Amino acid sequence: MNDKIFKIVLFTAALVIPFICGGIIYSLTIDASDAISHFGFFEFLSSSEWDYTPGKEQYGALPFITGTLLTTLLALLFCIPFSLPVSLFVGEYFKGTRMAEILSTVTDLLAGIPSIIYGLWGFYMLRPIIMALNISPQGSGILTAALVLAIMIVPYAASLSAEFIKMVPSDLKEGAYSLGATRAEVIRHIVFPVAGSGVFSSYILAIGRALGETMTVTMLIGNTNQMPDSLTATGNTMASIIANQFGEADGLKLSALIAIGLLLFCITAIINMIGKVLIKRARIV
Amino acid sequence: MEIIEPIIEFKNVCVSYAKNTMAVKYVNAAVARNSITAIMGPSGCGKSTLLRAANLMHMLYPNITVGGEILLNGKNILDMEPIEVRRRVGMVFQRPTPFPTMSIYDNVLAGFSLNGIRLSKSQKEQIVETSLRNVSLWDEVKDVLNKKGTFLSGGQQQRLCIARALALKPDVLLMDEPTSALDPIATKHIEELLVQLKDEVTILIVTHNMGQAKRISERSMFMYLGELIEYDDSAKMFTDPRDERTKAYLTGKMG
Repeated sequence: MNDKIFKIVLFTAALVIPFICGGIIYSLTIDASDAISHFGFFEFLSSSEWDYTPGKEQYGALPFITGTLLTTLLALLFCIPFSLPVSLFVGEYFKGTRMAEILSTVTDLLAGIPSIIYGLWGFYMLRPIIMALNISPQGSGILTAALVLAIMIVPYAASLSAEFIKMVPSDLKEGAYSLGATRAEVIRHIVFPVAGSGVFSSYILAIGRALGETMTVTMLIGNTNQMPDSLTATGNTMASIIANQFGEADGLKLSALIAIGLLLFCITAIINMIGKVLIKRARIV
Repeated sequence: MEIIEPIIEFKNVCVSYAKNTMAVKYVNAAVARNSITAIMGPSGCGKSTLLRAANLMHMLYPNITVGGEILLNGKNILDMEPIEVRRRVGMVFQRPTPFPTMSIYDNVLAGFSLNGIRLSKSQKEQIVETSLRNVSLWDEVKDVLNKKGTFLSGGQQQRLCIARALALKPDVLLMDEPTSALDPIATKHIEELLVQLKDEVTILIVTHNMGQAKRISERSMFMYLGELIEYDDSAKMFTDPRDERTKAYLTGKMG
């Protein structure tokens, strides 16, 4: 009898989570449908107008999709030169040593810093530097946001890639060394090709992180609603436009924001799914 | 037993993994050119450790130290660049290790591509063909050279690894129990191959399999607890060992 009750309690508790997830998707879809049916799905995606003058309201998601993709791609580019060496240090050069432990702990520490703190740091430290270097007059913008975003995703990319680099069998590496290869050659020709799909998938997951990051980006991107015309221009990402404007939005505008949210949700879910599938495949090999 | 103009000479070689514990103790032995020399002994006797020191594999692991001298053609390899030594002293491991991301063709040429040596297409084709013919693998794989090396059977993979090592034309080939992961037929293939290869390369082989040592080697070493107990012509050692421990090992009473 007790067993049965326990089972029922467990079962209901476990059911709550998929139910909540389904509920989120359902309510997002319902609330977004107004805007999407008003503007048309593809029109909404491809329009770069964001005009909330009453009477001639016009909302399009293109500047924000562009902003999200640009910041994410830039962040990924900036992140690679830091995360790749870290993963090589931890997974290959200092594998299993105290040095590797310290390095990976410090890297993981980065992942634990609340994003508001990254935002503050970026706003008060990095932004003045960008201004001083004359890269952009206002300091904030896509580039600034991407730089901080890059630091934020380093731990995700680095620690997972290190796992895959560690898994490269030492048999293979010794085989290459026995042919007279240097360490750099072994890494280039053996370690990376063998760990490649795993390393790739860890970067996909890092992208998934960067896509949805809100607080830091909102503080640093400048929050303007037009299409960014250069990398140093201000802009908005899908996440930051929602964070910025949901408070004073209602009606069609709110629905447009929710539609952007739904879109972001789908993109992130797909990217994460691809990453997980790739990781599973990489583990098998 | 006298060895004139040895290709490799171990002089007072000691190997230790940690302070005050030696895995190999003061080994003195000379290896004859163009011959097969077997190293036997129970697990943990230091035979693989000694073998791996001969192409400086120990240098990959900073905690391992090697003392004494290992002479290759009279020069101490412990003072030489590992990369140079390893090109002249090739190695084949217990488990076949074809590089999984490379085709059979690229695997044979791996020694060159890893070292950044550029070859013309005709040179490449010639090296691939001779190396694979050398290990009697050519006829079996000549139509699937672009397939990954990992598609081959275990015995074929091991022959591919031997071809890969031979492609660099080393003076010495070290083999660390190369047939212990293979079935009897593949083992027989490899043994026949090694006997043929003697003209081109000196082979130093660690083996668990006494029958194998007896069949293919001219000389045999017997190691026990890190020491070289006995080193003699195989014919002599297998019929009339001098040391009691060798006798016990060879008759299956120990090991």
